[in-house]
Amino acid sequence: MATETTVLDDVVGSDYKWGFTTDVEQETLPKGLDENVVRFISAKKEEPEWMLEWRLKAFRRWQAMKEPTWANVVYPKIDFQDIIYWAAPKPKKELSSLDEVDPELLATFEKLGIPLNEQKVLAGVAVDAVFDSVSVKTTFQKALADKGVIFCPISEAIRTHPELVQKYIGSVVPPTDNYYAALNSAVFSDGSFVYIPKGVRCPMELSTYFRINARNTGQFERTLIIAEEGSYVSYLEGCTAPQRDEHQLHAAVVELVAMADAEIKYSTVQNWYPGDKDGKGGIYNFVTKRGLCEGARSKISWTQVETGSAITWKYPSVILKGESSVGEFYSVAVTNNHQQADTGTKMYHLGRNTRSRIVSKGISAGMSQNSYRGLVNVGRNAVNARNFSQCDSLLIGDTCGAHTFPYLEVSHPSATVEHEATTSKIGEDILFYCNQRGIGTEEAVALIVNGYVRDVINQLPMEFAVEAQKLLAISLEGSVG
Amino acid sequence: MKPILTIDNLRAGIEGREILKGISLTVNAGEVHAIMGPNGSGKSTLASVLAGREDYAVIDGSVRFAEADLLEMSPEDRSREGLFLAFQYPVEIPGVSTANFLKTAVSEHRKHRGLPPLDPGSFLKLMREKMALVEMDPSFLQRSLNEGFSGGEKKRNEVFQMAMLEPKLAVLDETDSGLDIDALRIVADGVNALRSSENAFLVITHYQRLLNYIVPDVVHVLVDGRIVKSGGKELALELEERGYDWIRNESSVGA
Repeated sequence: MATETTVLDDVVGSDYKWGFTTDVEQETLPKGLDENVVRFISAKKEEPEWMLEWRLKAFRRWQAMKEPTWANVVYPKIDFQDIIYWAAPKPKKELSSLDEVDPELLATFEKLGIPLNEQKVLAGVAVDAVFDSVSVKTTFQKALADKGVIFCPISEAIRTHPELVQKYIGSVVPPTDNYYAALNSAVFSDGSFVYIPKGVRCPMELSTYFRINARNTGQFERTLIIAEEGSYVSYLEGCTAPQRDEHQLHAAVVELVAMADAEIKYSTVQNWYPGDKDGKGGIYNFVTKRGLCEGARSKISWTQVETGSAITWKYPSVILKGESSVGEFYSVAVTNNHQQADTGTKMYHLGRNTRSRIVSKGISAGMSQNSYRGLVNVGRNAVNARNFSQCDSLLIGDTCGAHTFPYLEVSHPSATVEHEATTSKIGEDILFYCNQRGIGTEEAVALIVNGYVRDVINQLPMEFAVEAQKLLAISLEGSVG
Repeated sequence: MKPILTIDNLRAGIEGREILKGISLTVNAGEVHAIMGPNGSGKSTLASVLAGREDYAVIDGSVRFAEADLLEMSPEDRSREGLFLAFQYPVEIPGVSTANFLKTAVSEHRKHRGLPPLDPGSFLKLMREKMALVEMDPSFLQRSLNEGFSGGEKKRNEVFQMAMLEPKLAVLDETDSGLDIDALRIVADGVNALRSSENAFLVITHYQRLLNYIVPDVVHVLVDGRIVKSGGKELALELEERGYDWIRNESSVGA
């Protein structure tokens, strides 16, 4: 046993390669949260009155709410008055072109592998880069506008497309949905807004890159994607944060709306700082993501590769309202060292002939705990609803844990619901067997993990699938010996 | 006579308990040696120590393999240098197809010899050819390694992998255990087809049965961590007839 632990330790203990900080002049609020903070953020964003009112209403509701405690995660109580709710790199002057973005920030994103110069970016990918509380730069806005696609920071959309934002914000995740959604509604700073007009197939992948930099600061991103009838969009988000000893809070809300025959493909590669080997520091990732299949035959597909964060609390969900609409959830969640993840999905079948598919692959290593929590709900009118769920757990070593909490609520007899689950372990025996065939331990882990996550990785846009695979390898580096 | 494996006074154990108490033996190219012995005599420990399993500690002695110090090599390098262990209990690896597993293994072996990976066409052809040796259905290639395989299928898969990796020395650890007579014949035929003047086999078994099919040049009897008797193939028959007790008594008288 002792040998196994040592052997496994070597492969699991790797370093976080995105942990640097950027030294820029910051404009920050003091720690703490009250109505004035909400007003300050709204004023900073030059928001219309209705937006401020909406935030204040959310804030008042939040004050009366209690933190949820049902997730299978353990952490000290968060002091919400000990967090900074606004941090922005200080603008040197009014910026009108990319050349004028603070070179420090450009260098930061470049270092993260996200060049913001349109000549250098991945072909066919438009990027919105968010640094702490503000969007730094959105590429290809003009090219997209030619197709009628709106892709901009949500703070900008509130000013330039207020009618769209007002109509849809909070329509899928109401401000009172849960504790963190209410908090986000009150203090959200930036995020992306996407609008795809009727019949348009978005000509490129859209992506947002979130970077937390400032110390003691929470990031509250808000993303809203609307796909009109018959349109299609593929959107990807990525995230990293510096290596710090204290925990930082990230509480995002993402809302998707798909009209008839529209399809939204939303992919996440989440790589927030996970804390060090002893569990010190790391991001608390408390996120509410939900999509509404409003129209008939619409489709929303979530794909997530979760490798970072000290704690992940996240259940990307789909409300299948439109007849014959389709919801999908593909997830790889990796936990190592002292990370904790409680993640899964909720599929609400409301309309007739709605279908959902859940493929969840948990990988636990080190001392980590990895939970799948999923709900399949078939409503009274959901004739012929179908769901297929597959939840697999892979354990590396014997000091980690995997848990599965599937919930089924079926209110129509015609529903077909299938659930499959497996648990496997990469132990000393398997590694020795691979070694004996000439395969070194690192290669063996990569071979097994790649085989295990293939079904999910294949769902990612091609440009990112390779990146995700590398990230998995790095996250598990040192997890076996 | 070219020695492939030379074990000299090997003493080894696990968790502070000495199991192998001074083993010496030489296996030459072209030879098949059988190691027989009662349960708990150290047969499987010998296989594990040769393959480099970390739980086992070598206390004393030396092992030369292909003109190098075997005990200095990592388990993967022992494999790449041509030592193959057919496991008594082959593991299942979910999500990794037999084909993909072998592609990785063969590429690692080739890399060790400074060769590029085989192109997919040649590799497939090679796999088909070697599978035929153990009468394995090609559909197994796409299935996860050993997952849901019967005991016999797992053992055939071991011999198939052996054929793919073409080892200098193959150690068969109780490959006959749990096999019915047909599976036993198929496995033995596969092994016999791989015998050449360049390689050697160390066949570990409790029963003489397997040795009817894989005929050994030398039989060693292992009792309580020591080789107490060595002889020709007829020694196996004698053991079958008389059991292990007479040898145990004989050796304790000698000691």
